[in-house]
Amino acid sequence: MSTKGIVKGIVSNLVIVEVDGAVSQNEICYITLSGTKLMAEVIKVIGKNAYVQVFESTRGLRVGDEVEFTGHMLEVTLGPGMLSKNYDGLQNDLDKMDGVFLKRGDYTFALDKDKLWDYSPIAKVGDTVKAGDWLGEVDENFQPHKIMVPFVFEGEYTVKELAPAGKYTIYENIATLTNAQGEDIQVNMIQKWPVKRPVTLYKEKPRPFKLLETGVRTIDTANPIVEGGTGFIPGPFGTGKTVLQHGISKQAEADIVIIAACGERANEVVEIFTEFPHLDDPHTGRKLMERTIIVANTSNMPVAAREASVYTAMTMAEYYRSMGLKVLLMADSTSRWAQALREMSNRLEELPGPDAFPMDLSAIISNFYGRAGFVYLNNGATGSITFIGTVSPAGGNLKEPVTENTKKVARCFYALEQDRADKKRYPAINPIDSYSKYLEYPEFEDYIKDLISEDWIEKVNEMKNRLLRGKEIAEQINILGDDGVPLEYHVTFWKSELIDFVILQQDAFDAIDSVCPIDRQKYMLDFVIDVCRTDFQFNGFLEVMDYFKKMINLFKQMNYSEYKSENFYSFESELKKLIAERA
Amino acid sequence: MAAKAFQKIFTKITQITKATCTLKASGVGNDELATVNGRLAQVVKIANDEVTLQVFTGTEGIPTDAEVIFLGKAPSLKVSELLAGRFFNAYGDPIDGGPEVDGEEIEIGGPSVNPVRRKQPSELIATGIAGIDLNNTLVSGQKIPFFADPDQPFNQVMAMVALRAKTDKIILGAMGMTNDDYLYFKNVFSNAGVLDRIISFINTTENPSVERLLIPDMALTAAEYFAVEKNEKVLVLLTDMTSYAEALSIVSNRMDQIPSKDSMPGSLYSDLAKIYEKAVQFPEGGSITIIAVTSLSGGDITNAVPDNTGYITEGQLFLRRDSDVGKVIVDPFRSLSRLKQLVIGKKTREDHPQVMNAAVRLYADAANAKTKMENGFDLTNYDERTMAFAKDYSTQLLAIDVNIGVTEMLDVAWNLFSEHFTPEEVNIKQELVNKYWKK
Ligand SMILES: Nc1ncnc2c1ncn2[C@@H]1O[C@H](COP(=O)(O)OP(=O)(O)OP(=O)(O)O)[C@@H](O)[C@H]1O
Ligand SMILES: [Mg+2]
Repeated sequence: MSTKGIVKGIVSNLVIVEVDGAVSQNEICYITLSGTKLMAEVIKVIGKNAYVQVFESTRGLRVGDEVEFTGHMLEVTLGPGMLSKNYDGLQNDLDKMDGVFLKRGDYTFALDKDKLWDYSPIAKVGDTVKAGDWLGEVDENFQPHKIMVPFVFEGEYTVKELAPAGKYTIYENIATLTNAQGEDIQVNMIQKWPVKRPVTLYKEKPRPFKLLETGVRTIDTANPIVEGGTGFIPGPFGTGKTVLQHGISKQAEADIVIIAACGERANEVVEIFTEFPHLDDPHTGRKLMERTIIVANTSNMPVAAREASVYTAMTMAEYYRSMGLKVLLMADSTSRWAQALREMSNRLEELPGPDAFPMDLSAIISNFYGRAGFVYLNNGATGSITFIGTVSPAGGNLKEPVTENTKKVARCFYALEQDRADKKRYPAINPIDSYSKYLEYPEFEDYIKDLISEDWIEKVNEMKNRLLRGKEIAEQINILGDDGVPLEYHVTFWKSELIDFVILQQDAFDAIDSVCPIDRQKYMLDFVIDVCRTDFQFNGFLEVMDYFKKMINLFKQMNYSEYKSENFYSFESELKKLIAERA
Repeated sequence: MAAKAFQKIFTKITQITKATCTLKASGVGNDELATVNGRLAQVVKIANDEVTLQVFTGTEGIPTDAEVIFLGKAPSLKVSELLAGRFFNAYGDPIDGGPEVDGEEIEIGGPSVNPVRRKQPSELIATGIAGIDLNNTLVSGQKIPFFADPDQPFNQVMAMVALRAKTDKIILGAMGMTNDDYLYFKNVFSNAGVLDRIISFINTTENPSVERLLIPDMALTAAEYFAVEKNEKVLVLLTDMTSYAEALSIVSNRMDQIPSKDSMPGSLYSDLAKIYEKAVQFPEGGSITIIAVTSLSGGDITNAVPDNTGYITEGQLFLRRDSDVGKVIVDPFRSLSRLKQLVIGKKTREDHPQVMNAAVRLYADAANAKTKMENGFDLTNYDERTMAFAKDYSTQLLAIDVNIGVTEMLDVAWNLFSEHFTPEEVNIKQELVNKYWKK
């Protein structure tokens, strides 16, 4: 018999429940409030009292109200049909809810019950299989969606029967497996998994090394992220975190994109589901929405569900990775998740850590980032979860717990800077403070040399040195004045400005400039570095500025023109003429 | 609010703090309203048979044997067309001498709109102020605050924007407003002959500060009625949200919560977001746009209130006195409307985005030149031209007394470009230069 309880105390969404039997940490329960059942999660137990966080408003809840425990932790339902859905943080399908307003206790099923899927078997009768192994596949929005041995199955099984190719609903059995005890178990297309437990059904998790092209120059060229890599984007409000993440999610060369809107604006989610159905995936030509899942816990939705939302998204990502797919997971903003933890920890009157965040914040963040990665599955196929989170530091000050703890675990750091944003130098990623640790991996270097060119990393490093030198000179000119420094300082400075304007800056709202494929990035970097290596003749610093401004203008026109179009080449030949004038 | 027969009465208060009192009571719901010797209060905590009430007017003079009556409902407002033209206090009671409003009683602070039932905002709100329409275009369904020091004319600009915007209803939520400012708004609206479209919920500095906590939810409950039921375009003005946050901190600190930055509660982000996220565009045409004021102290935007606000709203507007031209301008560097890209170049002329960016970039060059000059360095010819441009740009476009249409703003900008610069210096797409450059 399942455990029951009654409400004893209420402070906002923390409710104390006196229980009549066993409960476990993180167990889900439902509190009945005048006929409506509110979902809640156990977060602390003292004696007969279970402290639960309610995923809904507790308005009207009374002492004495009844509670039923479910015996399981917070789970998601996994199966075909998740792509292009809009979920809330608990994986309720938002489109299935009635009415304009969200109603308390309205929980909707994550998948489609009646839809028929085109199924074909992969395994064979007699195969020995274990959790995560592929039994068959269905076509989900043109992705090969693998039907796997449920992740919770322990030990080895023998495939006894397999359904023939055909159309099935998610509830129909597609396989019969026999366990070591000789018992037969039916398997259909759906399974459940507790979101806070990582899925580790892979053979090996090597260091990631394959470039994940994002189409953003200041990432791919300057500080690349890799398939299965981790990165984070801290920045004060309004500096471009969301625009950058949306850009990456549109352009990245991924099979599946999962966007967790975690405590951010509803309008930003609306933007995704308004635009993505019309936008083309630049790599496949299919509609972007077909490969996308949105998990939306916007800032006005209940705080406890905000914490759940990132785990819900990560678990879905792990599910698709187990199919051998490249998954890109974005969370905007991980600070809101940390704040949700802080609110709860304060209500529990736990001893606070720095800035009143919970003491174990560091462990929570690193465990979460640890779930991303590039893996070899048991059958030798590869899959990956690339995770990029934004961080919203209080007062824009990076010396705060969420930024500092994230920096310890994320391998790419894209620091958005107020000053660059104010100057409209978008994307406002500071080119000097930001880094990608992957550039230091020899296996990445080998890969990128093979993919782009032998001297690529050398050029990237030259570019960074020039940017640094340019910054130093700008500071000197500020102190000494334009004519207080040698003429060649001006030239060096303007060469760094050229790099900034042409390579780093990119207009996210221009149809052409917003996406820059890697071959185009190579073309532009080669060209810009050539210019930087050229000696120009000038008679005074004024000439330097005028000349480089003209040059920057022409380069920008190139960036705005379709690659290798007539326009593109005509600006290029103008540029070559201009260069020849002084070279 | 009179006690009804079935309401339970309690008289044993066990604990009193400045804003709360605790008593033994049963059958009480979370968030429920009560009266304590006639003063309105709300349940904020229940522990077994102990109920803690937040008393809106403060607990001064409350005795331990005060009569506590639970009302069986959360704070609510009666909504109907009759709200139009009326003035209310924080509890939704009329303060204009008129009758009680009849209508459906709705609990305030109600549920959120399902994101999939929203529509992407796409309707430009023209204000005539170029610092807004050109650089920081507003869109229906947007939420945006003025970040301003107390001595800046934000209430005037807000009133101007409200009157020029094409809306069906304007709802004013005043929190900790001085009586003078309240009368100012009342005057402006009545002089403009629009009182019948205005609904006001007023908490002045003369009213208890905790009462303010009800104002935004009252205003937004009324807004939701008109936007959802009547498909109207509603503009909600909330001034000043810093006073609101101060009231929050008073209550939470007195309830022994661990304060976070600047003695604000750790939940400040969620508390503010719950209000601002009520801004919405519905597919049926109704919308709620929120223009708020967040007053700053000494221009400090790293303070927890403006900082959290900036992370929630869709941009912010800064006013600044430009001493070079002696006018108040909308600061183009720090102001931002995040929704502008939904309309500029789409609902306005194609050159809008590029013209806007180019002008701000040149204005930034002028600021650099000015620093150079102040540091005693020689200016280049380009520096001088940017500074001349900056003056014209400030007077003809950024100043809050400008009142022209968007296309005219763009034309003025092109004029200034050609007057002071060459096309290469302006850095705009060639095809636009070919089309719009003034020869
Ligand atoms: N790459 C870009 N190109 C052009 N404009 C940009 C770019 N990035 C950001 N912006 C401008 O900056 C605004 C704010 O960007 P964004 O919403 O991404 O900020 P944010 O860092 O996510 O802020 P918050 O923390 O408040 O969510 C955008 O609305 C846009 O006007
Ligand atoms: Mg954002």
